[in-house]
Amino acid sequence: MASAAPPLPADARGWQRFTPAQRIGRFAIYLLLVAGIVASLRTIEVIPEFLADAPEQVVDLLTRMWPIAWNYYPRGVHAALLETIHIASLGTLLALLLATPVGILAAHRLVPLWPVNWLARLILVASRSVNSLVWALIFVGIFGPGPLAGTLAIAFRSIGFVGKLVGEALDETHAGPIEALRAAGAPWVSVLGFGYWPQVRPAFWSIALFRFDINVRESAVLGLVGAGGIGMALDAALNLFQWDRVALILVAMFVVVVAAEVGVTQVRKRLL
Amino acid sequence: MSHKAPVTPATPYTFPTSRAAQITFALLAVYVAYALTQLDVSLERVQQGLAHSSRFLGRMIPPNFARAELLWKGLAESLQIAVLASALGIVLALPFGLLGARNLMPPWVSWPARLIVVLARSFHPVVVAILFVKAVGFGALAGILALTVASIGFIGKLFTEAIEEVSIKQVEAVRATGAPFMSVLAFGVLPQVFSRFIGFATYQLDSNLRNSTMVGIVGAGGIGGTLFAAFQRFDYDFVSAILLSIIALIMAGEVLATAVRRVFIDNATLRQLFRRGSPSHDRPLDDD
Repeated sequence: MASAAPPLPADARGWQRFTPAQRIGRFAIYLLLVAGIVASLRTIEVIPEFLADAPEQVVDLLTRMWPIAWNYYPRGVHAALLETIHIASLGTLLALLLATPVGILAAHRLVPLWPVNWLARLILVASRSVNSLVWALIFVGIFGPGPLAGTLAIAFRSIGFVGKLVGEALDETHAGPIEALRAAGAPWVSVLGFGYWPQVRPAFWSIALFRFDINVRESAVLGLVGAGGIGMALDAALNLFQWDRVALILVAMFVVVVAAEVGVTQVRKRLL
Repeated sequence: MSHKAPVTPATPYTFPTSRAAQITFALLAVYVAYALTQLDVSLERVQQGLAHSSRFLGRMIPPNFARAELLWKGLAESLQIAVLASALGIVLALPFGLLGARNLMPPWVSWPARLIVVLARSFHPVVVAILFVKAVGFGALAGILALTVASIGFIGKLFTEAIEEVSIKQVEAVRATGAPFMSVLAFGVLPQVFSRFIGFATYQLDSNLRNSTMVGIVGAGGIGGTLFAAFQRFDYDFVSAILLSIIALIMAGEVLATAVRRVFIDNATLRQLFRRGSPSHDRPLDDD
């Protein structure tokens, strides 16, 4: 815990960790949080009838989910699952391609022009503020339903994340090798390739792997709005109340997500 | 990772790419080509889409704020869902995170706790929301419960990791005084993880705010339902109004999260908070 040494209180009878101003700040935040929770509790609309039969509904849900429809896997789930993985990986790769230039533009060290930095940062914030499901809705509106919309949605959502972290990594590089290259008269491509890239390479691959892990999770739901992948199968099963198939799809999603996480962890250990 | 000097002077580069990296990139290229054929992406389709997109964007501008009341109601409900889910999620994540820490708990306690946290984290909140909509019906409650589960998954994992990294010296010092287990936690462990915990909690509030605008797509309350309905009715000008409002809400949430972090982690006072241009880390760097 960090704290600058507080000035001695007026009555020096006892040590106090925070100055009165700091304590007022903390109190204000606590007050705001409690007020927010109380205000939300008082105004939230909960329908008591729905709540009353929740246990019944849960039992109903579980009995309908069991037995899991394993035999549906080859027919309806396998292809959709592969499509989800393709969406996640292609989306991540596309995001890396698109985000790197934006990240470079956002880094003040590389592009010492504040207007350009701010414009690039605006692009990154816009990308992150829109949920991947919303991006999917937009791209379904443009390209029609299918995995293309899903891939683009994943890519556009990831640009902000990857670009921000790449930009920060670039801003934190050491100036020494870069100045050495410049002094040797290297063109800017060489400065980028031999000065900056070796310094940010571990961070770059780490960001890429981390985002891929997130994207596997996110691409699984894009199908709910028609953007391809296993979510489409989930949506179809839900609309027909085929809960045994829903259970199968949930198990498949779980396996893929855990496999991706384990894979990413292993690659990270080997590579970085 | 190749810093070997070139063996023959004929090598064109001073730092050649390693063979393993070359093979990896070749495999990646093959995979991309294969995946692209699977996804049925064609130049023609992209061209068609670009033509659509100009029309699409044309209809989104100008945003239509005529149904402000509907918009406001949805946003307020999203905010309520985010606040309540964060509060509930944080309170529930604390015990799970603590029970999962392998340096404090025996394996028969930590493994079940970790399993629950992994389960809670492996599904997207929207998928969890579907199940809760079935269980407790349409409306905000399903959204709150779904985001609570997501919060347990996220905070629980990070909290466990934070506790596993604490310095054991302080824990042993408190133990050596004969303090009971709860006091060891309160005075030996929690002070060490408090500032990181504030970080996770504010991040989760932010994340819940984003997701609370989405769970409505499956009927779990909030602005998402309104957004999805507007999309399906091709009310694109209303869609852009909703999107702008969501972005404004999320940015407000980010400002709040930054303020909380500054007050609790950097010990900023309210006056420092409102002063423009103040550095975000005005504490000595060698302080820990």
